[in-house]
Amino acid sequence: MFTHKKRPWAEKLVDRAFIRMTAILASVVSLTVFGIFFTVGFQAVFQGDLSSLLPWNPDSIWQGIAPWNDEETFGVRWGAIPHFGLGFLANSSWNPVRSDYGALTPIYGTLMTSALALLLAVPLGVGTAIFLTEDFLPQKLRTTIGFMVELLAAIPSVVLGLWAMAMLNGFLTVFTPLHTHLGWLPFFGTEPGGPNLAMASLILVVMLLPIITAVSRDSLNQVPIELRQGAYAIGATRWTSIFQVLIPAAISGIVGGTMLALGRALGETMAVTMIIGNSTNLSASWFSPSSTIASLLANQFGEADDIQVSALYYAALLLMILTFLVNICAQVIVKRLALKYD
Amino acid sequence: MTTIQHPLTTSGLNYNPYAPRNVWNRAMNLLAALFSILVVLPLITVILYVLYKGGGAITPAIFTELPPAPGLSEPMGMGNAIIGTAMVTGVAALVAIPVGVGGGIYLAEVAKRGWFAQFIRFGVNVLAGVPSIICGLFIYALVVNTRILWGESFSAMAGGLALAVLMLPTIVKTTDEGLKLVSQELRMGSLGIGASRFVTITRVVLPAAISPIATGVVLGIARAAGETAPLIFTALFSPFWPDWSSGLGLLAPTATMSVQIYNFGIMPFAPQVQLAWAASFILVVMILMANLLSRWLARFSAS
Repeated sequence: MFTHKKRPWAEKLVDRAFIRMTAILASVVSLTVFGIFFTVGFQAVFQGDLSSLLPWNPDSIWQGIAPWNDEETFGVRWGAIPHFGLGFLANSSWNPVRSDYGALTPIYGTLMTSALALLLAVPLGVGTAIFLTEDFLPQKLRTTIGFMVELLAAIPSVVLGLWAMAMLNGFLTVFTPLHTHLGWLPFFGTEPGGPNLAMASLILVVMLLPIITAVSRDSLNQVPIELRQGAYAIGATRWTSIFQVLIPAAISGIVGGTMLALGRALGETMAVTMIIGNSTNLSASWFSPSSTIASLLANQFGEADDIQVSALYYAALLLMILTFLVNICAQVIVKRLALKYD
Repeated sequence: MTTIQHPLTTSGLNYNPYAPRNVWNRAMNLLAALFSILVVLPLITVILYVLYKGGGAITPAIFTELPPAPGLSEPMGMGNAIIGTAMVTGVAALVAIPVGVGGGIYLAEVAKRGWFAQFIRFGVNVLAGVPSIICGLFIYALVVNTRILWGESFSAMAGGLALAVLMLPTIVKTTDEGLKLVSQELRMGSLGIGASRFVTITRVVLPAAISPIATGVVLGIARAAGETAPLIFTALFSPFWPDWSSGLGLLAPTATMSVQIYNFGIMPFAPQVQLAWAASFILVVMILMANLLSRWLARFSAS
């Protein structure tokens, strides 16, 4: 009645080819990550394009390795990493005339804008997430607000930059009293008169809020209802239970979301470029124009040549390593701090 | 004589509105409400401002004319940028959707938990965290600078590849998550009646998960259309219509709406700034529509 029938070989072939194909497509993702690190690293070490990796290219880098080649005929020149070494990190001059490049100013700008933005965005975002998970408002309204916050995440950064430029004068009227009253602090030391670092931080706050709010809201929603009931049952008020029970239970998501937001802030380009003033002079004041690594790349890469291109790739490599570490930390923290309720 | 104890001083079961913990409670309620308003406020101002400034700049000519030369105010259009955005995003979608969905299928259906799958998942997370400008620099070094695409440097194709790198992690993740939601019984049933893995995945599992995948793809495309940083060194910009003779316009520098906002927004000429607002309007409206569409897709799948 039942005969053992083998699958036709053509069908088997299709099956196996399909599985192979998905594996290849999946490895494209990892290859891309490697490719990005390799390419950026290569351009930071050598001047010249990627084709000089090919041995038959007249400008091949392998000529330098061959013993019969002396320094003069070496077609590909060394780039920023051999030139500037680690001193690149501590050098604050960016001088195309003397070909003297250092990334201290953009590194300071990147870290300072991100830190300021997080300082403002974390309380605001977590506060909003709490507001949206408690029963202050009817469910419908809360869903609407949640949807609006998600929309904020979808607005392109270049549109936010354009908006920030239009709002420039409004921001300046807020900043000026800070300077006149607190000008003795180095952070408020210069008169705000145009695009500056503080504005870039504020725009970053707007971009980070949706991430922090969405992630915190999700992790607060996942806290089991029993924990909240238990807290209420022993007489805790709403905010005691939030601070002592709910937030500790959801801390892994909140910290993870914050780290994700930090990664985003470090690499955010367009809005920051349009509003930070793109100055490569180091200044401690938040009201003076500055630059971040990403804004430096967006602003200078188009007109750069020779060693400047390589220096920009060096800065890009630093930015990549920074965001990479932050993202790894985010993943580790989420895994470490995640409470298990099994 | 009876003494009436005032509720303020009791520690009974009545609610005491002036007890420190209750005052603190109400203060925090207020603070949380204030924070939420502060969060929603920028969104409303941005959207209203874009609708007001950009909506006023929308005319029929916007879609059919080219942008004016700096200093002139005629013709007022950006048809080239609208076509360019469609071309660049189209290339990105054509590259990223097959690779992303294929990779997602591998993670969810084939490998599941092996070390290689974990490695790929790690790669996807790393790629999702790569700053968008670095995607641009990567494609610049790989495609533009080496002139690998038929000897052309800046091109819509290069821009599309940069956007594809950006979209890839989103699509892999949503496919992976979407396929995991499909119940195991469907797979067992399909395999049980003798379907091969290929047929099971393409005819049974994928259709069951199509709505979350489509949601992810729609949102990914909408996000890519608004990206600027990967395009400024790859697709560059062009004040002209696409040059249809060079690879159907794909192998020439191409204007896009997002780069136009950046280039024109920082110009000192009023007509250019107005066009930047018009482009913002179109992008924001497009993204609103994509978000509504994705919500509709999600509801469609729930019912």
